[in-house]
Amino acid sequence: MLVVMSCIFARQPRRERFKVHQEFSEVQLQLAATVADFVSSEVLPNAGAWDEEHRFPIEQVRMMGEMGLFGIVFPEEYGGGAGDFTSFCLAVEELAKGDASIAITLSAGVGLGANPIYQFGGEEQRQRWLPQLCTGSALAAFGLTEPDAGSDAGATQSRAERTGSGWRISGSKAYITNSGTEMTKVITVTARTGQGISAFVIPAGAPGLTVEPAYRKLGWHASDTHGLTLDGVEVGEESLLGEEGRGFRQFLAILDDGRISVAALALGQAEACLRESLAYAKTRNAFGGPIGRFQAIAFKIADMETAIEAARALVYRAAGLKDHGAPFKKEAAVAKLFATEAAVAAAREAVQIFGGAGFIEESPVARYFRDSKILEIGEGTSEIQRMVIARSLGLPV
Amino acid sequence: MKIAAFVKQIPDQAAPQALDPDSFRLVRSGKMIIDDSDSYGVEVSLQLAEKLGAEVVVVSMAPGQETSGVRTALAMGAASAIVVSDDQLAGADALLTARVLAQAVSRTGADLVVAATESTDGYTGTVPAQVAALLGWPALTFAKELEVDGSTVRIKRQTEDGFDEVEAELPAVVSVTAGSVVPRYPSFKGIMGAKSKPVELLSLADLGVAAEVGERVLGVRDAEARAAGEVFEDDGTAEERIVAFLDEIKVL
Repeated sequence: MLVVMSCIFARQPRRERFKVHQEFSEVQLQLAATVADFVSSEVLPNAGAWDEEHRFPIEQVRMMGEMGLFGIVFPEEYGGGAGDFTSFCLAVEELAKGDASIAITLSAGVGLGANPIYQFGGEEQRQRWLPQLCTGSALAAFGLTEPDAGSDAGATQSRAERTGSGWRISGSKAYITNSGTEMTKVITVTARTGQGISAFVIPAGAPGLTVEPAYRKLGWHASDTHGLTLDGVEVGEESLLGEEGRGFRQFLAILDDGRISVAALALGQAEACLRESLAYAKTRNAFGGPIGRFQAIAFKIADMETAIEAARALVYRAAGLKDHGAPFKKEAAVAKLFATEAAVAAAREAVQIFGGAGFIEESPVARYFRDSKILEIGEGTSEIQRMVIARSLGLPV
Repeated sequence: MKIAAFVKQIPDQAAPQALDPDSFRLVRSGKMIIDDSDSYGVEVSLQLAEKLGAEVVVVSMAPGQETSGVRTALAMGAASAIVVSDDQLAGADALLTARVLAQAVSRTGADLVVAATESTDGYTGTVPAQVAALLGWPALTFAKELEVDGSTVRIKRQTEDGFDEVEAELPAVVSVTAGSVVPRYPSFKGIMGAKSKPVELLSLADLGVAAEVGERVLGVRDAEARAAGEVFEDDGTAEERIVAFLDEIKVL
């Protein structure tokens, strides 16, 4: 049997890592250290099994709720922690060093689940949903993508029609994260109304809402992903989120935030690849010594470290701009593009460094290889990011 | 009621460690973290405080006015902290540590001290009993469970083959074993709130304790490497051989 896992449980020194590049506040450092502890004891020892069994780790997600991770960025009046976006990104990054699935559960639960309700919801909607979302006793999902409308979200075909007392919604949604867990209490969906696209908040279990069986995915096995079918789902007037016909603009704004946290996730994944590669290069012997003494291996690892440093700078610059209320659309796209492509490259090279051992399912780098590809696709493909960046430079693409 | 929880701040065990070549003591520089074994004591204290409506004050002795490990305890829910920090405490032995902690405890007004059985870096395991002796309070050690009923403190004292029930009148010192509870992770709100909790920094002069050290480390040797285990192929008799082995080392 190939034994390659011994390195994954090794804990890292906690604080020095954050000091090198950028000054984080004491609170941010302590949050990162706390999440790193959680990852050492709760995530790293279990992530392989969750992956193999395609299991959503509800117990650990609830613990993350108790730790307040789902509420970091929201105001205290809604049960949040009144923290900044940088803190949230640090939590996502630390989780992703252990497992991408549990990191996307947080990233999507906050960025796509709770955030639309906070950004566009009225006081009543906020009070109804946010306290339970912030404390992690409930999870929210965001149904935007459809079988025929991904990045081209303007092509949304789901429809909502007025009834006497509210709306009747029909259509189908695809690849919706967090939509079918035991904790999922609410799903925001977009649907065509009259001339535009509107967003609606639908309680889980609403009559006519079918959560399809979980997808069998290439990676992110421990993340919950379903298709949704809406067959005449009746909701009240109060479930309209924000203004009628403004849904399109609303979710575009939300995706900018999500891009930074996905970039933070990619950064954490790349760091996990570096950690495993480095440990393996030091302990795996070939031709009379550890393989890390060969330039072919050492340079791959040097390149990983370089890309990680660059990605970290981009991620926390974009997050910092957002925290300071400065425009960050382009910077979010740059960070997402660079960090996700760096993560995919790091995973590919990590498997190469592990050789045959990296092709075995129980090796953590095999999981990282499968988990990383989606990063270049979800929350705006790399191509879309390049478009956003090119447009910001004035090119008419 | 006030509960004083002892928190030792130690170098991160995951980082490389070094011994000072002259004093043979652990080099304590850079950032430190809460000793894992103390996080159990803090958790026991917090659970008890929640039940009794009491307050937990963290007591720590640390070099360089270090507070990062103490902040963790505050983020978990402790109300305030006293940190004793003094250059003269470099190389302090267990007894001096106990004298410092006992003095600090008397300033808190606590009627119960909760400490870990032993620290993860020093391992003397003597401080809780020494503090109790200095305060003139009973010491209830190796508690795997702890409850307070009126003015009586009751523990289940871990023994090799079970537990003893031990009780005493408050005030008292209790040492708790690791694994007795599951320490909570600090919540984000707890971390934010810890910023504004009071941390009192004291020197030896503030406490009126003299820096007398009676103990000297004469030398340090590497522990003997563990002998390799026996490896055998299972030819169908593995079960018997394992039983025979366990019998031989008298654990059955």
